[in-house]
Amino acid sequence: MKLFLKIWRQKNNKSKGSMVDYEIEDISPDMSFLEMMDVLNERIIDEGGDPVAFDHDCREGICGSCSMFINGEPHGPEKLITTCQLHMRKFKDEDTIYIEPFRAKAFPIIKDLVVDRTAFDRIQQSGGFISINTSGNTLDANTIPIEKESADKAFDAATCIGCGACVASCKNSSAMLFVSAKVSQFSLLPQGKVEATDRVLNMVNQMDEEGFGNCTNTGACHVECPKGISLDYIAKLNREYVKANLKK
Amino acid sequence: MKSFFRSSIGRKIAMALSGIFLIVFLTQHFLINITSVFSESIFNMISHFMGNNPLVQFILQPILIAGVMFHFIMGFVLEWQNRKARPVTYAMYKGSKNSMFVSRNMIISGIVILSFLALHFYDFWVPEMDYKYVQSLPEDPDRYYEELVHRFENPIRVGLYCVSFIFLSLHLIHGLSSSTQSLGTNNKYAMTIKKLSYAFGIGIPIGFCFIALYHYFLHL
Repeated sequence: MKLFLKIWRQKNNKSKGSMVDYEIEDISPDMSFLEMMDVLNERIIDEGGDPVAFDHDCREGICGSCSMFINGEPHGPEKLITTCQLHMRKFKDEDTIYIEPFRAKAFPIIKDLVVDRTAFDRIQQSGGFISINTSGNTLDANTIPIEKESADKAFDAATCIGCGACVASCKNSSAMLFVSAKVSQFSLLPQGKVEATDRVLNMVNQMDEEGFGNCTNTGACHVECPKGISLDYIAKLNREYVKANLKK
Repeated sequence: MKSFFRSSIGRKIAMALSGIFLIVFLTQHFLINITSVFSESIFNMISHFMGNNPLVQFILQPILIAGVMFHFIMGFVLEWQNRKARPVTYAMYKGSKNSMFVSRNMIISGIVILSFLALHFYDFWVPEMDYKYVQSLPEDPDRYYEELVHRFENPIRVGLYCVSFIFLSLHLIHGLSSSTQSLGTNNKYAMTIKKLSYAFGIGIPIGFCFIALYHYFLHL
């Protein structure tokens, strides 16, 4: 395959970036998108240039590191996958592909396609945990009966890999789907209910402080989420937030 | 409570509540207006009551105006904040792949509705205030139907009203279902609410269009 790539190049957080054109040939349709980027980078290095910086780690759709915005969508045109699971057979010979970083004020660009997503870490640190006595008297989690429906919903919420596709796809750069999943994965379980009030208040407060936009319920986040996290969790987050404010 | 309404969730809930309040008002406005198609006397009677009842005039009307202003100002504030949240836009952004056009362009339909409200106030509210409080003319319970018919004699005005109702429809289709989501409605009702939003969002503006066109063609 021959492809025309338009890639966002930006030296660092302070410099001004721009779209740079690349032509690449002999790309196998069986390659993953990241492998195609590897081929491009090898060529750039051979030519003495600065390779395109992009995030990647597990390359099997679990870690949530790869963060490219490909042809107008996070993780590219296919649904329920991350960029590392995207294959070149999804594109046609001589296609033009736009490759950009996830864009949001709360995700500042570090270099090229690499963005700083530590805003998510700070949200998680503000309340995305349960406090457990680790002195040796801890109850085994399996001794607490949990109804199947709640366990399933908590598990579904916990499948969020924190990749940031929700923020990238939302026209407002809202992080509501991520926060709703992280709040729900704990609050649906008995162990997480104890700190539910403080958790939702602190996590929403941190989300707002990080500079994410407001949710206007377009539903783009749910459609582009590689794990298919439901909008139901946002509705649940709204309910929990109101309840927590009434309790406080 | 102050911090609640400063939060992003608090603001969206406030937006949803003011939107639902305006939807309730819109429904009663439609139910009153549609009587003009069936009975001149009933329309005059209801309009006279609404125009002269102190509760409606001095309590409900200011609350309504405050609700309208709040919804619009909050809408603009949220739009401004949301634009700030992405200072550099994408070179290619395919919103149509993951969301409805109406949901992404509420600010545009909202601005058209705001412009329409200015025309609507100029057509009906300003002359009414002038009649009652500036010129202090005597009460005339039979004038309302004629005033309504007179306003819809101009085809350009009728056209502007109908175009505005299309944008109102676009706004309502997303607005109604979005407000229930903001208020935390469980997703098991999502499909029913979506169908209701379409039915209401298309039905009510078509009804308003019908009223304007009915009076225009009836009195050609």
